[in-house]
Amino acid sequence: MTKEIKVSIRHLYKIFGSDPQAALEDVKAGMGKPELLEKRNHVLGLNDINVDMKEGEITVIMGLSGSGKSTLIRHLNRLIEPTAGEVIVNGENILDYNEAQLRKLRRERMSMVFQKFALLPHRTVAENTAMALATRGFPASDYVAEAEKWLDRVGLGGYGDHHPHQLSGGMQQRVGIARALASNSDIMLMDEAFSALDPLIRTDMQDLLLELQAELHKTIIFITHDLDEALKLADHLVILNDGRVVQQGEPQEILLNPADPYIEDFVADINRARVLRVRSVMERGAPEGEMSGDIDGNDNLESVIAKAEGALDRRYRVMMRGEPVGSLTMPSIMRALVPAQSSGETAKR
Amino acid sequence: MAAYENFFNAVGLKDWCSAGGDGGGGMTSMADLIAQTDGTTTQGPSLWNWPFPSLDALNKACGAIPPSRDVTQGLEDGFLAIRGGLRAVVDPLTQPLSWALRDMLWIMTNTPWWLMVPILMLITWLVTRSWRLVVFVLVSIAFLAFINHYEAAMQTLAIIFVCAFICVLFGVPIGIAMSRSDRLQRTVIPILDMLQTLPPFVYLIPLIFLFSVTEPKLYGIAIILYAIVPVVRLTDLGIRLVDPDVIEAADAFGMTKRQKLFGVQIPLALPNIMAGVNQTIMMSLAMVVIASLVSAPGLGVLVLRGIRSLELGTGLVAGFGIVIIAILLDRVTKASLARIDTSKSRK
Repeated sequence: MTKEIKVSIRHLYKIFGSDPQAALEDVKAGMGKPELLEKRNHVLGLNDINVDMKEGEITVIMGLSGSGKSTLIRHLNRLIEPTAGEVIVNGENILDYNEAQLRKLRRERMSMVFQKFALLPHRTVAENTAMALATRGFPASDYVAEAEKWLDRVGLGGYGDHHPHQLSGGMQQRVGIARALASNSDIMLMDEAFSALDPLIRTDMQDLLLELQAELHKTIIFITHDLDEALKLADHLVILNDGRVVQQGEPQEILLNPADPYIEDFVADINRARVLRVRSVMERGAPEGEMSGDIDGNDNLESVIAKAEGALDRRYRVMMRGEPVGSLTMPSIMRALVPAQSSGETAKR
Repeated sequence: MAAYENFFNAVGLKDWCSAGGDGGGGMTSMADLIAQTDGTTTQGPSLWNWPFPSLDALNKACGAIPPSRDVTQGLEDGFLAIRGGLRAVVDPLTQPLSWALRDMLWIMTNTPWWLMVPILMLITWLVTRSWRLVVFVLVSIAFLAFINHYEAAMQTLAIIFVCAFICVLFGVPIGIAMSRSDRLQRTVIPILDMLQTLPPFVYLIPLIFLFSVTEPKLYGIAIILYAIVPVVRLTDLGIRLVDPDVIEAADAFGMTKRQKLFGVQIPLALPNIMAGVNQTIMMSLAMVVIASLVSAPGLGVLVLRGIRSLELGTGLVAGFGIVIIAILLDRVTKASLARIDTSKSRK
């Protein structure tokens, strides 16, 4: 990968309780979450987190409730202070920042989208969209056009004079996204941004986000508890459990090679045909011999099966950026569709 | 034979007691006199009517212990001793209140009625935008004027306007400060509880000693102390109730504390603050009647006259006038509250 690392989390610990520093010693000595709660009455929020987030990528942090994912994202703009560790943004440790520097970071370089939208109910949609600009002290005349532009971009053109409560949940979250985009920051934090929306709207919003991302190339850190959503959005997937990173890497990789039983359980219910892409299951190397046709490396397996019309004797040439990079036979597709548990066992043998 | 004499003898304090004065000496109470004439003094109390070891009972047995009368006397002496100093500080500080009350009373009673009534109607229109309430204000004041209570009603209104305004002026900042500091909240809440539960007459006693009865600030302070409580409480509550998610968003976008306070917290707490203002106005109305005991002019004076000289009709009519003013103020403030509420959060 040639992309630069934009945000980097180094040995981050967060312990909730009256004397976190003392508890930190125990945690570093290897005390686990249940033991810490029982012996010291401290809650272990995050345990030695190390994640690199690359510029222009969507990093998805996934975990069930209580895994510490919302705590983690709040460390990136210091809404929560860590017990120990470093958060490095553009090469600077933001934990060394003073109040003014931190405010500048929040105003200009990081924006945030919230699960419950958190729009200001007493301001109009346009004023909400321009919140970051208004906070920086620009007069209204300067930011109205900018707000309208971003509202248009998220499909809410003409709603600028409404109040948030007049909009549906999905529309309110579009305002939330427009608000984050209008701040013109290159890092976007999204805390379960789509979790409060119903499934169809959620899919729409995911598509909107991917579409915006293809154009704007922001560094996005996205929190979710939904694996389908994580796999759809992620360039880099981090799975969190009980405050620890269980596995991180390319989503396809995690799906094909789950590191432990916890993740195996997780990926067991996934529609693999839709999530797995040709490039992760193909045989590499220049394809030879008879081919039934060309497919793109980023096609998912479902589309290949549809293309083959169920026939098992097809063999496809895989193209990436106009060049042949490998081949794919139908039996290898079938093998990839079998959940990881059994494939893991075959690998061990 | 006093009840606790044996006790003091037993612990060997007899000398100390007699050195302090003669046991049971000094004032003779009515009960003592009755007991003397009954000839029952020689008998000590039985177990059945054994006295509680109060200051008075102990004083009887041992002269060195002061009777409870000395305690109240001491409190009074103490207050009188600091009165001069307290007055030197508080008097100039509160002088503007006297001016404000005097000027407001002068303006509202000296403006001709045909100018005053339209002004009040205009204010009603500006804060409520409701024609029904404007008409209601007109009818109520016209009725009060018709039964010759116009001047008293205007005096009452003038006092309420000044006192309620000052309550808001001080109460809202105190409430904001309380909402930002748990420690301040913990110290202020008992004071507010005390102000709210202390019978209103009790405020008047030290105030009479501090200020001259001719000064309007005497009743002004009494009213403000009594009526400031709800606006402080509801401002504090309103700001604390602002959705934490919205506050977090404000933080995440780098708002300063000031931007957060004026851009987010106060606007969102405004319905609660306005409910506090409504309560404050109603409570100053309640107090303005009691304050007529210390020369507050207005309808309360007429009620007081009704009680003092048993003029049933005067008292009842003035009381009815107060009810009308109460309804008037309540409806107008509630309507303006509803207007703020809907235009901001529920339109």
